[in-house]
Amino acid sequence: MLRCRPILRRLRPGRRVDFRGRQSGTFGDCAGPAPVPSVIRVIDIQNLSKRYGDTVAVDGLSFTVRPGRVTGFLGPNGAGKSTTMRMALGLDHPTGGRVLIDGRFYRELSCPLRRVGAMLEARDVHPGRSAYGHLLWLARSNRIPAARVREVLELVGLEKAARRRVRGFSLGMTQRLGIAAALLGDPPVLLLDEPVNGLDPEGVRWIRNLMRGLAAEGRTVFVSSHLMGEMALTADHLVVIGRGRLLADTSTREFVEANSRSHVRIRTPEPERMRRALAAAGVRVRQAADGTLEAHGTEAARVGELAAAGGLTVHEIGTETASLEEAFMRLTGESAEHRAAAPDTGDGTDRRAARPRSGERRAGRR
Amino acid sequence: MDAVMDAVSVRAALAAEWVKIRTLRSTAVALLLGVVLSAGLAYLLGLSFSANLSSMAREQTEPADLLFATFYSLTLGQLPLVVFAVLAVGGEYASGTIHASLTAMPRRGAFYGGKMLAVALTVLGVAVVTVPAVFFAAQAGLGRYGMSPDADGVPQALIGSCLYLTLICVFAAGVTAMLRGPALSLGILLPVFFLGSQGLGNVPQVKAVAQYLPDQAGMVIMHLTGPPGDPHFGRPYGPWAGMGILALWAAAALIGGYLTLRRRDA
Repeated sequence: MLRCRPILRRLRPGRRVDFRGRQSGTFGDCAGPAPVPSVIRVIDIQNLSKRYGDTVAVDGLSFTVRPGRVTGFLGPNGAGKSTTMRMALGLDHPTGGRVLIDGRFYRELSCPLRRVGAMLEARDVHPGRSAYGHLLWLARSNRIPAARVREVLELVGLEKAARRRVRGFSLGMTQRLGIAAALLGDPPVLLLDEPVNGLDPEGVRWIRNLMRGLAAEGRTVFVSSHLMGEMALTADHLVVIGRGRLLADTSTREFVEANSRSHVRIRTPEPERMRRALAAAGVRVRQAADGTLEAHGTEAARVGELAAAGGLTVHEIGTETASLEEAFMRLTGESAEHRAAAPDTGDGTDRRAARPRSGERRAGRR
Repeated sequence: MDAVMDAVSVRAALAAEWVKIRTLRSTAVALLLGVVLSAGLAYLLGLSFSANLSSMAREQTEPADLLFATFYSLTLGQLPLVVFAVLAVGGEYASGTIHASLTAMPRRGAFYGGKMLAVALTVLGVAVVTVPAVFFAAQAGLGRYGMSPDADGVPQALIGSCLYLTLICVFAAGVTAMLRGPALSLGILLPVFFLGSQGLGNVPQVKAVAQYLPDQAGMVIMHLTGPPGDPHFGRPYGPWAGMGILALWAAAALIGGYLTLRRRDA
């Protein structure tokens, strides 16, 4: 009971584990009391605070990260994402509150790499050590068989570079090594801090598919990013913070629906008559600074029908969707630590950020 | 229960730290340099002493201190070993590996214990090779003035040298853990404790304090602080008391390093 035995079965990519998180020998034989099923694979952040002198990095943060889905942890740079993750891993001491994983403090886990895989800063590797050497000491520290080192090196595509010193690695290779280290203990819970930073599109897609695959296996995947667009493609659930405070804790779909406000833009030589025709049909209309009309809460087809019925000349009807990035900026805008002074466009929307076509984000989602 | 679990994780930590040590090229370079420098210098010093002794033999009123001649090379040969100890601990901070270490080994006491044990055992292993090499190299240099390993004071100096090297490296490792980085640690340790104290320990005005510096206290057993009983070089403590003083320094540095690691954010 006191020592963790060797990993008996190891997960291969694509292999499914019990979605409920039952610990059938693979992970359950590390020391310590067994957690009750309701908290297995759950990261529970409770009223967490961190203060550095006068600066408040994390301010009374509470949320729960659940298994079986990718949870995106979003916020602008300096919002407190990394600090929160470091406190979850016991690297930084919270000023207040606590983080529980499987209902326990991280430091109470006796073979933590086999419960929680983490990648904070991928560059946190001694440049003079080989990829194999780095993973080997990690394995030894948690009684993970050395054969597993080979497996994860293959999994991330670094088997050829295994004996090379990390000094000569590209950013992408370093990132892959970080992922390999996180997967080393075959952990049911993963914490990844900005894993796609600095990766090329191919690498970004690789990590995205990997994370979705891990979540589909029933694991808890908690991944931070400051890129809304990337998270909309990857995450099933979003936790948004700004200035260390919780701003949103919602499913990605709800967030997208609530925040991609679309409207129909109408270019017509008869704006007054058009406006009246739409208003009569109960459509909310406003005139933009350039003279075009914006119809809210309706669809292009209906606008076209109303125009035809009224015999109105229309030059252009199109649907415009505010981008998720814009929604994210709006949400975190008030809390952004350093906000660039932006000139007010006058009509209340930043036209440059508006997208001419809807559905683009969603189309790329699957 | 906690203690048992900590003992188990110290063993895992020791295994991990040993892998860390042996997978860095700088380890081999520093340790090899330590052995070669100590033994090579010991031979040259032996030659030089032997030459002096034969030319001064007639005027010599006191017997020459052959222990001093034998072990003097360790004052320089210890430096690569100290650098190894500093890098083993400080490299964690310089490279950021400390984050990975504490994530893999969140019980900071277990991680720290494993790390310090790995450093101490490695240095002890190297010392057990270096010290006899130094002794026999020096005797080869001394030629007909050479001592046998069971001559008066030699066994105690041989054992003392191994202990000295181990303790001084543990001291350096502890100081590095307190300072959380290699650059500042080397910047303080090398000039103050190793180069400076050689002179400071014999300057009458500061000797009262400087003779208690870790290397000064530990070197008495090798006669490196001057002939025992000499009014100018003598120490108010014996060789084993000196080793005890060094051990206290090492223990204090260990505790200080642990408290720093426990308290600070990584």
